[in-house]
Amino acid sequence: MVNENQEGLIDRPLVVINVGLKDFAKNLELQGAEVVQVDWVPPAGGDQEMIDLLDKLL
Amino acid sequence: MSESESSMHAGIAVRKNQYYDSVFLMGINNHLSEAPGVEQTAVVMGTDANKRLLADIGIAGPEIDSATANDLVVAVLSRSGNVTEGVINSLDEALKSMAAKSPASDARTLRAGFEQRPDANLAVFSIPGDYVADEAGKALEAGMNVFIFSSNVSLERELELKQIGQDKGLLVMGPDCGTSILNGVGIGFANAVRRGTIGAVGPSGTGLQEFTTQVHNAGGGISHAIGTGSNDLSDAIGGLTTLAAIRLLEADPDTELIAVIAKPPEAETLAALHAQTKAFSKPLIGCFLGLNQSSVGGFNPFQLARTIDEASGMALTAAGIAGAKEVLQDRESGQDLAKAAVAGWSDEQRYLRGIFAGGTFCYQSQQILRDAGIDVYSNSPIQPGLKLDHLDISRQHTLVDMGDEHYTLGKLHPMIDAAERAKRILAEAADPEVAILLLDFIFGYNAASDPVGDLMDSLQEAKAIRSKRGGDLTIVASVCGTKPDPQDMDLQIEMLKECGVLVFPSNARATAFCQRLLERR
Repeated sequence: MVNENQEGLIDRPLVVINVGLKDFAKNLELQGAEVVQVDWVPPAGGDQEMIDLLDKLL
Repeated sequence: MSESESSMHAGIAVRKNQYYDSVFLMGINNHLSEAPGVEQTAVVMGTDANKRLLADIGIAGPEIDSATANDLVVAVLSRSGNVTEGVINSLDEALKSMAAKSPASDARTLRAGFEQRPDANLAVFSIPGDYVADEAGKALEAGMNVFIFSSNVSLERELELKQIGQDKGLLVMGPDCGTSILNGVGIGFANAVRRGTIGAVGPSGTGLQEFTTQVHNAGGGISHAIGTGSNDLSDAIGGLTTLAAIRLLEADPDTELIAVIAKPPEAETLAALHAQTKAFSKPLIGCFLGLNQSSVGGFNPFQLARTIDEASGMALTAAGIAGAKEVLQDRESGQDLAKAAVAGWSDEQRYLRGIFAGGTFCYQSQQILRDAGIDVYSNSPIQPGLKLDHLDISRQHTLVDMGDEHYTLGKLHPMIDAAERAKRILAEAADPEVAILLLDFIFGYNAASDPVGDLMDSLQEAKAIRSKRGGDLTIVASVCGTKPDPQDMDLQIEMLKECGVLVFPSNARATAFCQRLLERR
């Protein structure tokens, strides 16, 4: 059984949200994919307690 | 502290709330370390792990203690206070000039990205492993398939993500997924290959790269190649992504046959693969590296291939591509080359040392040599009992996977940063008993832009070290890539040949050649 979400991955052109390395986004674009680059930063300065708290609040 | 260390001048700079990705940091590090007189530089984010690495090289202080994962930490060591100060003072200019080459995005969170493209069908993650499971979970909740390049995610979290994917009908490629090619678009470390009817699935990035490039180079094409992450075929994960990927390709009208390139699945996972694929209509080829020929019974409905070369040859034949023979041909060729190489060795030269960027190549080479009766030590051994006691010191025949976390802690993968491989090549060349160096060069998107150039100095130096002692160091290399790859593969091969390197179009063929050399000695 194949779900339509997975089929949607190979049945239509890739639209990618690239979280992290910018070179990945650059190379995806070079190959014709549509890409939104996310310049990710560690949430709450990497403080795990604060991350957990924010996850609950948001 | 030794006398030499005590004469060092250390400079430290911390830039609060300036976060950069690892490739950017490598660029800055390379730039700073090129300044005349600099002995060592470190350019890292202020994570606890990085702070420990800095402390190991004697760099510590209150400003480092208070740095966080969001703060840039730069350390410079030189023998002159002026040099150190000058390099530290040049930091902000270097950051500015490098940042100008890749403009900042206004999206800083997954949510912001998704708001820009709510029709996104894939989220790709290459962020530190500590954070990636949470972020990937959010992407799945939002209905996106995910590709997780990051490693260092626990098996529990991986299973959790893959179960969410299963429930929602979404594909979870990774964690530790190096390569996928979907709809002709390569994600992560992938090569430029033509589209076609051959589908591929596998946990190993380099395994998929070797398979897809061989198919392309022989005239065939790839429908989709789906990476699963390195742990997928363990019983802890149960092959959830492998099964989902095979089902997807079975249902895909553009795919005629499916090849799985992997280490052998664990027992329960193998049984699940068998149960769930036996009624499928498309041919299934399985290349399960490291498999003992005695245990081939349980692998129905897979047609088994011993090497990636064999798997690509079988796939090409099944797809009706004429180039298949070329992939399968070999073993008898190169006899003259072998004879000439061995004739150049001195009496003391006897051992093979493989220094690999691709973990799968290290593994496949061990399998080929094991099957030829040649014992090989490794940091990642195929046979228990042949693990190196000390991962930095080779013994007898040794093959090293330089992508192992022992060598990459706080550093980039050797497919991007050749520095650690260069050091190891020189260390092997200094061993008087070494006769052969076996290397792999991997091209494609997101790999180093000049993989051969990055190692050229150390290859020439290695040859020179050997010549001084008398004798000749035989350097054997395989290349994994295609002509349309960004690196200009033909030029890269030409550079290797000019340096006297014997170049082969696959890891299996390069290894078979090494085997012949050792048998001739």
